[in-house]
Amino acid sequence: MDIFLQQLVNGLVLGSIYALVALGYTMVYGILELINFAHGEVTMIGAMVALSVIGVLMGAAPDLPGVMVVLAGILVAIPACMALAFGIEKVAYRPLRKAPRLAPLITAIGVSIILQNLAMLIWGRQYVSFPPLLPVARFEFLGAHISLLQIVIVVLAVTIMAGLWLLVEKSRLGRAMRATAQSKEVAELMGVNVDRVISATFIIGAAIAAIAGVMVSAYYGLAHYYMGFMLGLKAFSAAVLGGIGNIAGAMLGGLLLGVIEALGAGYIGDITGGFLGSHYQDVFAFFVLILVLVFRPSGLLGERVANRA
Amino acid sequence: MTTLLSVHGLKVAYGGIHAVRGIDFEVASGELVCLIGANGAGKSSTLKGLMGLVPHGGSIHFDGERVQHAATHTIVARGLALVPEGRGVFGRLTVAENLDMGAYIRRDKPGIKADLARAYEHFPRLAERRAQLAGTLSGGEQQMLAIARAMMGRPRLLLLDEPSMGLAPLMVQKIYETIATIAGEGVTILLVEQNANLALKVSHRAYVMESGAITLSGPSAELANDPQVRAAYLGE
Repeated sequence: MDIFLQQLVNGLVLGSIYALVALGYTMVYGILELINFAHGEVTMIGAMVALSVIGVLMGAAPDLPGVMVVLAGILVAIPACMALAFGIEKVAYRPLRKAPRLAPLITAIGVSIILQNLAMLIWGRQYVSFPPLLPVARFEFLGAHISLLQIVIVVLAVTIMAGLWLLVEKSRLGRAMRATAQSKEVAELMGVNVDRVISATFIIGAAIAAIAGVMVSAYYGLAHYYMGFMLGLKAFSAAVLGGIGNIAGAMLGGLLLGVIEALGAGYIGDITGGFLGSHYQDVFAFFVLILVLVFRPSGLLGERVANRA
Repeated sequence: MTTLLSVHGLKVAYGGIHAVRGIDFEVASGELVCLIGANGAGKSSTLKGLMGLVPHGGSIHFDGERVQHAATHTIVARGLALVPEGRGVFGRLTVAENLDMGAYIRRDKPGIKADLARAYEHFPRLAERRAQLAGTLSGGEQQMLAIARAMMGRPRLLLLDEPSMGLAPLMVQKIYETIATIAGEGVTILLVEQNANLALKVSHRAYVMESGAITLSGPSAELANDPQVRAAYLGE
């Protein structure tokens, strides 16, 4: 029982990070029907930029409280990722807006590779560790351990998701985004500057990704130029699980995927009689992805099936 | 009457196909002008060209200013509105959200609120269904919504593309009553229709389009009696 609860907690924490990254995939897909494979790398760059800022600040102002240092890292990472995503859209995707759908998709993979290699050049191939700046506190809840960091991650993620929900459902920009997702031409006829709405979509997704990137590196205690690949693939799986293009679906899919993964990792040893260990945890995300694609291609909350290649 | 829209040598081509081959026409302030012609004559392409939705050549002046080669949303901001063929309502937005989108370019909240109330008064059906997704409305209701939505932007020139298309006769009649009401309120309208009978009845002046060119023009009452028009478009 306590292992179940422990893994459930771990899964929800991981899942809320997946959900944040999945939002970026799903928002862009909703508007452009483009799978922005570079989004995982934007998340990675968020983590790397934050860690660089943290490193510099620790050297320059050793007396600064750890929380402030991390916060400063996040506050620099967010605009950095926003600018990056704005640039990616403008340079790599916008010229291909009217091209066959395969062209921007392959371009996205290209951008992803470029960003990975750029990150490797800047930050090197080795793991960058997240310095122990955050207060370590643990609570016990029905036999499960919950750290302060875990609580902060979940609370922050839920707050961001609620904020995004409000933005999309209630604001003028949100309404324009939803209108653009349905028909770019008619949105233009309403006086919407569609290019600007598309840029805004990328920028918002990137800001959220930057925070998720810092969360993930704080949670695991490290960052790496290659971390965006697996994280991106899992978040993409989460978005598909929830129904790609659907914002609530990305949130649900992320949380579910995190829980499935954590529970799977917790029990895989027992189930296979010790033959497979918890390091197979990555398998679950893709197992789930395959099941969804076979049995419910439109995802849990998806309304329509994308039938174009 | 002052000229609100004047078009000279408008050309629209898609790839190698010339949909509009250099046409001239004018719409004066307060007029209801219709553009009639068979399927494929270039009527819709003309409207799309005016709104900057398709690449086009020639010159377009709206209220004395050149508007061609501007982005569509800036043309909308200058006071042109198009109700596209097939209505183009946002099916997954509610009726109320669709109307809000129509007022996207405006910032005067009290004015928008007043216009919204007026739209609901005009179209009680939309008021009943304001919280419903627009995709669940019937074709006629969607057409009403599309027209009401365009009016929310307080356009100075309303372009209507085949508002009667695919609707039951009773609904067509309702839509045309609405168009007449809007015109009566002083809104300038350019109406594109295949149903020449209807369009000639409601409009002041008409242009007849054939394979991308304007072949006839004049007061609607005269054209309705023109033997050529009667033979070609009124089924006689």
